[in-house]
Amino acid sequence: MEKNSQNNTDSSLRRISRRNVLKAAGIGGAGMLLGASGIGSFLTSTGNSMTKDETDNNFIPFYGKHQSGIITDMQDHIYFVSLEVTAESRQDLIKLFKDWTNAAAALTEGKGVGEASGKSYLPPKDTGEAAGLSPSNLTITFGVGPGLFVKDGRDRFGLQRKRPKELKDLPLFPLDSLDEKWTGGDICIQACADDLQVAFHAVRNLVRIARGKAVIHWAQTGFQRTKQADLKKETPRNLFGFKDGTVNPDLHNQKELNEQVWVQPEDGTSWLAGGSYMVVRRIQMYIEVWDRSSLRDQEATFGRLRESGAPLGQKHEFDKADYQKKDENSEPVIPMNSHMRLAHGKGQNQILRRSYSYTDGMDPDTGSLDAGLLFICFQRNPDKQFIPMQERLAKQDKLNEYTVHKGSALFACLPGTHKGGYIGETLFS
Amino acid sequence: MQKLKMAAAILMSTSLLFGCSNSDNSTSAQKEKEKLPVKEGSEKLDEVALKYREYALSEIEAFVKETETFTSAVKTGDIEGAKETYAPARMHYERAEPIAEVFGDLDPKIDAREGDVPEKEWTGYHRIEKGLWIENTTKGYEQYAEQLMKDVNLLRAKVETVDVTPELLITGAVDLLNEVSTSKVTGEEDRYSHTDLYDFAANVQGAEKIYLLLKPSLMEKDQALSEDIQKQFNSVFGLLEQHKIGEGYKAYTELTKPEVKQLSQSIDALAEPLSQIGVVTEET
Ligand code: HEM
Repeated sequence: MEKNSQNNTDSSLRRISRRNVLKAAGIGGAGMLLGASGIGSFLTSTGNSMTKDETDNNFIPFYGKHQSGIITDMQDHIYFVSLEVTAESRQDLIKLFKDWTNAAAALTEGKGVGEASGKSYLPPKDTGEAAGLSPSNLTITFGVGPGLFVKDGRDRFGLQRKRPKELKDLPLFPLDSLDEKWTGGDICIQACADDLQVAFHAVRNLVRIARGKAVIHWAQTGFQRTKQADLKKETPRNLFGFKDGTVNPDLHNQKELNEQVWVQPEDGTSWLAGGSYMVVRRIQMYIEVWDRSSLRDQEATFGRLRESGAPLGQKHEFDKADYQKKDENSEPVIPMNSHMRLAHGKGQNQILRRSYSYTDGMDPDTGSLDAGLLFICFQRNPDKQFIPMQERLAKQDKLNEYTVHKGSALFACLPGTHKGGYIGETLFS
Repeated sequence: MQKLKMAAAILMSTSLLFGCSNSDNSTSAQKEKEKLPVKEGSEKLDEVALKYREYALSEIEAFVKETETFTSAVKTGDIEGAKETYAPARMHYERAEPIAEVFGDLDPKIDAREGDVPEKEWTGYHRIEKGLWIENTTKGYEQYAEQLMKDVNLLRAKVETVDVTPELLITGAVDLLNEVSTSKVTGEEDRYSHTDLYDFAANVQGAEKIYLLLKPSLMEKDQALSEDIQKQFNSVFGLLEQHKIGEGYKAYTELTKPEVKQLSQSIDALAEPLSQIGVVTEET
């Protein structure tokens, strides 16, 4: 496991062999023998899910210095839930995180939750719909929201003095149209996988484990084009048809990640060092309105070309944007109110965007499709990164004509843990 | 609840046949027992089953009595009297539901909701409920009152024959809460009178009775589980308490959406540990 403590910064780790999977699961030869002698269902479930060759490289270790699901290459699907804690004691809460940690570690290995009891008079421990499925690159990421520290003036779990000053409700931005039903939460679970059933199974079982201790406050699924559908492995397109995710911190540059993504020990909240702040915004996109705007307008909105994804004034997607460049009328080629220019700002503070598209059937109020972006970004300090950026966007972004922010939440994603430890340990100790 | 609970039905079917063909029930129950392999602790569980049988019978007894009051109010045209007794009477039925609904033919006659059965065959409590609350009359409902009383009396007679097994208890407890989750929480049960909270409370009370009877065995097997169940029962009852007015409950339509959600989630929080109650049958 020590080898994996870097988590998945090193992409070679993702090409893990079946043997390593078993090792990672803490099952050596003796464990295998135990399994073979009929104790537990470990072998059966592992055998089912991991014997196939193609599954050898779709396992992402749960344990590590950082939680997975942050700088992990994006999977095809997300199942996100925000929970409200109903447990009343600190002990119950700690127990919950311990149970979650064990379950999440098993789930990411493609195993079920708990040992199969085989007792017909009891409900099975695992709900079963992922039996035989590969891990599908499942990652499970836990975050804690401001409400875990103080709620309605109450310090329910003796955590108040541990609350970092950055962890508070996000300010209301101009044009925000937030709905309580998609806002806030005490704890979040982000499950991402290349298969929606695998992601759902993970969330379902984790929520089940939390029964009596936490309830769902809101939930949202999201998707992007699947890897099978995109043979050229291009940047995925959002529901406005534009490549989305071009400019992001370099996931292989440790220095940049430490500057922009991971909370550092010197940031004032030692229990969160190695964690990251996660902003979630449920942004509805008026796709009908967008569909009747001209290509020119669309490209001016983002500051990029639709087809290639290149910045206006350039040829290729990854060409550097030239914000100084003027056209023949001495107007900036990349409009002042374009999304990219405003988001970029002076270019010092970045965010790690990891958003998914969503659709939720019909908007009952308008009869149009309810579709949009489950915007997710990670950062070291929201006060310096997301908040000033969103302030600029909310005031001037041309994109605002086509979008509306309906949901919002801020969580502190906890640092990772090692086998034998648990997620949240640094917070509670 | 109009549906015959398959699990219970299967569990019960042998003993039912026995019960119907044999007027001496105690011997049939004994014969049944002799066939089972003797498990450790199973005697204690059989005792619990007997106690539960007593409880269910007394609830059905009370149900008969209050149905008498209800149906005579309907027959004498006392609308207010009928309305007043409707929900409290039903509570006895809802508490004893694991036993009462074993009779797949009677349950729909007594408790079917509109649309559950063809209009022509629709009788029972909910038929009269519609008359009382929607048409605000008892006229034309006398025959339904008459029939209901007959069916309830028949139920009383048949219930005697039920052989209550530990398995029935174990599935029954969670089934009661599943009832709440699938039809009470949605406000579909008493859609004209909106007295769903009475049924809700009665189902939970019925489940608690089973838990309390099994509690000594459960404490031996898994004390933490038992304590968790108790805690969750307390929190459901605490919520119900908030919706009480005098002896009765608020109309379901007076609950806000968040209140309904909270009730529903509290049932889930209770039913999850309660579904583990089967550990009491585990051999030690
Ligand atoms: C529905 C809402 C949104 C859509 C459709 C959207 C779409 C896009 C697109 C197409 C790009 C250009 C390609 C790329 O670099 O990925 C982009 C860039 C970017 N967006 Fe958004 N975005 C949305 C909301 C937001 C929000 C709320 C923020 C943060 C407050 C944000 C921050 C950024 C950043 C930082 C960039 C890169 C800017 C740069 O080039 O330096 N976006 N977005």
